[in-house]
Amino acid sequence: MTGKEDSIQKAVVIGAGAMGSGIAAQLANAGVSVYMLDVVPRDVNPEDPSDRNRIAIKALERMLKASPATDPLNAGFMVPENAKLVTPGNITDHLEEAVRDADWIVEAVIENIDVKRDLFSRLEVLMKPTAVVSSNTSTIPLWQLVEGRADAFRRRFVITHFFNPPRFMHLLEIVAGSDTDADVPPMMEAFGDIRLGKNVIHCKDTPAFLANRVGIYYMFRAITEAVDRNMRIDEADAVLGTPVGFPKEGIFGLLDLVGIGIIPLVTESLLKTLDADDPFRQQDHNKGLDLVRSLLEKGCWGRNSPKGGFYRMQRMEGGKKQKQAVNLETGEYYDVGKLKLASVKASKTQGPRAVLTSGDALGDYAWVVVRDVLLYSAWLLPEIADDLADIDASLRGGYNAKWGPFELMDQLGVDWFCSRVEADGLPLPPALRLAANRPFYRVHNGQLQRLVFDFEAEQADYATLENKPGVIRLEDIRRQGPPLLTHYSASLWDIGDGVACLAFHSKMNTLDPSVLWVVNQTIAFMGQHADTYRALVIYNDEKNFSLGANLGLLDAGFQAARTPLLQACGLSGLMENVMYQVVDAMIVHGQSVFNALRKAPFPVVGAPHGMALGGGCEILLHCDAIQASAETYMGLVESGVGVIPGWGGCVRYLERSQGIADLQSGRIPAVRHAFQTLLMPQFSVSTSAQDARKKHWLRSEDGITMNPDRLLADAKTKALSMVDGYSPPESVTFALPGQAGKSALNMAVDDFYVKGQATYHDVVVADALADVLTGGPEGDCQLCDEQSLALLERQHFLSLMQTEQTKKRIAHTLKTGKPLRESPEANGETVEVLRASRQQLSLKPYPFTGNPLDWVEAFKLKLMADVSAFLLKQV
Amino acid sequence: MTHVVIVDAVRTPFSKGIEPTANTPKRGKLAHVLPDNMVVTLVRNLLERTGLSPGDVETLLVGNVHQEAEQGLNIARLVVLNPESGLPHSVGGVTVDRFCGSSLHIVGDAKNAILAGEGEVMLCAGVQSISRVPLAGWNPMLNPLVYDGNPKGFINMGITAENLAERYKISRQAQEEFALASHQKAAKARDAGYFKDEIIPIGGVEADDIIRGDVNLEQMAGLKPAFTQNGTVTAATSSPHTDGAAAVLVTSEDYAQRHNLPILARIKAFAGSGCAPEIMGIGPVEASKKALHRAGLQMSDMDLVEMNEAFAAQCLAVLYELEHQGIPIPLEKFNIDGGALALGHPLGASGSRIVGKAARLLQRTGKRYALATMCIGGGQGVAMILENPQSKG
Repeated sequence: MTGKEDSIQKAVVIGAGAMGSGIAAQLANAGVSVYMLDVVPRDVNPEDPSDRNRIAIKALERMLKASPATDPLNAGFMVPENAKLVTPGNITDHLEEAVRDADWIVEAVIENIDVKRDLFSRLEVLMKPTAVVSSNTSTIPLWQLVEGRADAFRRRFVITHFFNPPRFMHLLEIVAGSDTDADVPPMMEAFGDIRLGKNVIHCKDTPAFLANRVGIYYMFRAITEAVDRNMRIDEADAVLGTPVGFPKEGIFGLLDLVGIGIIPLVTESLLKTLDADDPFRQQDHNKGLDLVRSLLEKGCWGRNSPKGGFYRMQRMEGGKKQKQAVNLETGEYYDVGKLKLASVKASKTQGPRAVLTSGDALGDYAWVVVRDVLLYSAWLLPEIADDLADIDASLRGGYNAKWGPFELMDQLGVDWFCSRVEADGLPLPPALRLAANRPFYRVHNGQLQRLVFDFEAEQADYATLENKPGVIRLEDIRRQGPPLLTHYSASLWDIGDGVACLAFHSKMNTLDPSVLWVVNQTIAFMGQHADTYRALVIYNDEKNFSLGANLGLLDAGFQAARTPLLQACGLSGLMENVMYQVVDAMIVHGQSVFNALRKAPFPVVGAPHGMALGGGCEILLHCDAIQASAETYMGLVESGVGVIPGWGGCVRYLERSQGIADLQSGRIPAVRHAFQTLLMPQFSVSTSAQDARKKHWLRSEDGITMNPDRLLADAKTKALSMVDGYSPPESVTFALPGQAGKSALNMAVDDFYVKGQATYHDVVVADALADVLTGGPEGDCQLCDEQSLALLERQHFLSLMQTEQTKKRIAHTLKTGKPLRESPEANGETVEVLRASRQQLSLKPYPFTGNPLDWVEAFKLKLMADVSAFLLKQV
Repeated sequence: MTHVVIVDAVRTPFSKGIEPTANTPKRGKLAHVLPDNMVVTLVRNLLERTGLSPGDVETLLVGNVHQEAEQGLNIARLVVLNPESGLPHSVGGVTVDRFCGSSLHIVGDAKNAILAGEGEVMLCAGVQSISRVPLAGWNPMLNPLVYDGNPKGFINMGITAENLAERYKISRQAQEEFALASHQKAAKARDAGYFKDEIIPIGGVEADDIIRGDVNLEQMAGLKPAFTQNGTVTAATSSPHTDGAAAVLVTSEDYAQRHNLPILARIKAFAGSGCAPEIMGIGPVEASKKALHRAGLQMSDMDLVEMNEAFAAQCLAVLYELEHQGIPIPLEKFNIDGGALALGHPLGASGSRIVGKAARLLQRTGKRYALATMCIGGGQGVAMILENPQSKG
């Protein structure tokens, strides 16, 4: 990649449909000002000039309403403020002013070659000579799009093919034409990679490029075969989803998600452009298309339609909702429940082969579909790509697949697959023949390699798969040698240039004694090897950075205390007391270790991506700096399970609150901000890294990386930049409002309580939180140091753990993944009783040294780490 | 004997206020006007309208709740120091906080000072900018002993209204009918031009913006309870957050006669009283009885009653309680130009508004006696009796 990522300042997106608006939003997320134009609506209101821009304005409104958790397809903007960078307009009135200064013009209009060509003929005369024009076409080859255009236009033209939704899908396919200037593809790659955060794959100019060529064939093959065999679609999805590495929605579910209207459009376009002998053209399309058209005629175009699509939610008598699926033969809907298929269950341990070999009708169906898709992919080498890794990457990035086709064949076993294909009497494509029963990928001398084919010479040899310049992958480092330190739940790796990387690898990256132990050892290790290791990055390459403290261990302990056996022996109380000792030790050790991390003599950079909740957020708040992936969802969610942050989260967020420039002065406003934030995680967990900055989880000097592939490298660069002259941050003292402030905070919660918006236990938790944040009983008479606030955190955490309701909340969240909300109708006690019933524990303070644990505490922590690792292995 | 009289009363338009947060722009229509500037405008207008010699003013008294930020630094003195007010530096400035009763209380103080011979002319005003300073201020704190030890001491005012609704069995519909009547009376008075004399346009705002003459019971019935899960008090039956100011010019009767100033009303008596904080809205009962007693009058002597409508339930509870005690207020005498449910309730300013309104109504109707009364958060009531000296009753 030799292009510069900052060569695009102004952009125009033409077409404000799902793709156009999503691309415009992602451009705005990258800080680029962008025009979004669509046609003037046919039923325009002549009285209202802004009505001419209605389509673009509606698209903006639609995106501003959506949140990533509930409506990812529409949640284009990382923060609503980004919408200000998007100017809505219409093609008739605004094309000239928009295009005049634009560095990049993206066409995302309807998939119709004449419409596109007509637009290009207008752009040709309006654009500046250095501008780049690109089409977001899914299926039309570039050479057809530029037919009739002047040379100057052809030189600046490429295809940039995004996937829906553009903010979240990682793939960007770029296709250059034979006349495209040499500087254009690298420039677009740099911009797409670094600024828009995409994995850019350069594709040949073949119909539907990479991901869709395979993906659409997969979907269409699955539909046609399902219609032929009259399969139940919920069963088809169950086997053709997760078990084979496809998204869990499966084929029909995924089509419902994106809208099934896309099927006829794409099919017709592909049929026009594919060669006659292409397997896609050779199957009988009409059965599948007839089914889709009849659904569309009924208004069943997908999940966002009130009538549903392949699936629908039907409100039954009594208000209960029932999921239903369409019967492919009759078009009627039938109820679907939770499927329990033995083959799907088996695939979790035995891999994808299990669903293809079950021997029943479903297994037979799955085998035929998967077989044909894998064979098709193999036939497509080298027509659509020279490198099979590009095809695999395109399916991962464009369809959220776990494995691309070649990776899936490796999972199945290439020899097994080939013998099954031959048993079916089908010919092997050259790629499979040349692979000669070898896997497509292997690890060799710590390097990941894949087969590279020379079809003319009839040869295939392994060659190392290179990363893009500047990308560091933890998986490569793991292949190259053992970690510096490791225990059950976390390891420390050398990522070069004197930087170490601490990576969690527990289930959902939860934090447990094992993680705390590794953090503690890391600080000691870095101290002992200060000559070699100068900085630390905390990063991992799992889906989520960390879901917080491992509550499962605590819950199991408390449940165990109540087993009939222990109760019969009268040992329940004893066991519970032991558990409280364990909880207290966890708090003390977490606080000490995180504090030592903050005070360590080397810079620490946290690099989160995905969810970083609870304890996972707390460790980040103790880092010197954060380099966050653009899609980072961080926050302190402890109150949801009936506790408060106990590993310094209250203190560190209070510190951040006190740094908020636009709060009023006085002792209350910052405290109240922290109080509201920690009490209402439903509003305070960030919906993006930009939102995390807005919510003060990130500070202004923290960085955001748009492309998750570059996160580790960016974090490392940031850490290294801090090495020279580094000194750990000073301890902070806080001027807090004390008990009078606490009364005021509690008064506000009482209002929520009587309104039924807070439950009894919410009020109990709020009181504990208020006590910490206002500085405890003596809070207003002195400046509070971190140590005294940490003691308050610990006392309140433990007293909350002793309540029944907190134990219930924890058990519920572990079981369902959702917070337990007691029914507000159960708010039995009056506010008066509530106010009188508040109490708290008093514990002996634990000294904060700022160093790793002393040998006694370290021994205790190691013991807990070993025990917890043993227990976790049993589960 | 010397009498103390009200010679003029004005107010700004009352405009819906929106509580600010630290980092959002101010949003109420009157939010761009500093609260002291509202008072400055009213004071200058009063001086101009009456031709009063500014140096004769002894003290400017201002009622205001939550005196901090833009409402801090003794707002009354700030007004005097503002050259736009037209007041010389010799005039004193005192800011008083008795919560919602503040600017009724100061009229009582003004009367007392004049009766004591400590001045002949007192300017009284009240002001509130809820759009600039939120309820309880930016740094609310509460003595934990008052909170924990006296748990009913400070609770949401809406809950106090719920408590009264429960105690007096006031239905939601009764509250809504009461609120509807307030809007209809206010709209009628506005359309009849009755507010023209009292409203001084300010900051580009010319008229009240809360009154909804076209509101109906169906709309009100659709609202959710505003304060408790299953309560009866809604946004429609609670006075809204409001920005605004009001002012009353108080002099000795001698002074008014010497300077040919019109006399709107004599101040006969003032009283304040306390009650249980969780039913603070009942405050007007005791306060009114005390004031009547001091004036040597009966409730039946009152021709007009101006009661601050903090909540419909609160007013109805007062009316029921007085009726129960055998001293009812007939509805035709009650808030005949509408009340705070329709006009708004800028906490510090409402006292001066209802005193001014009562005085003007005495002139308009030619009646003799008026009662002005209001409830106060924390459990108090204040009341004042006015007499129209021109009326022979």
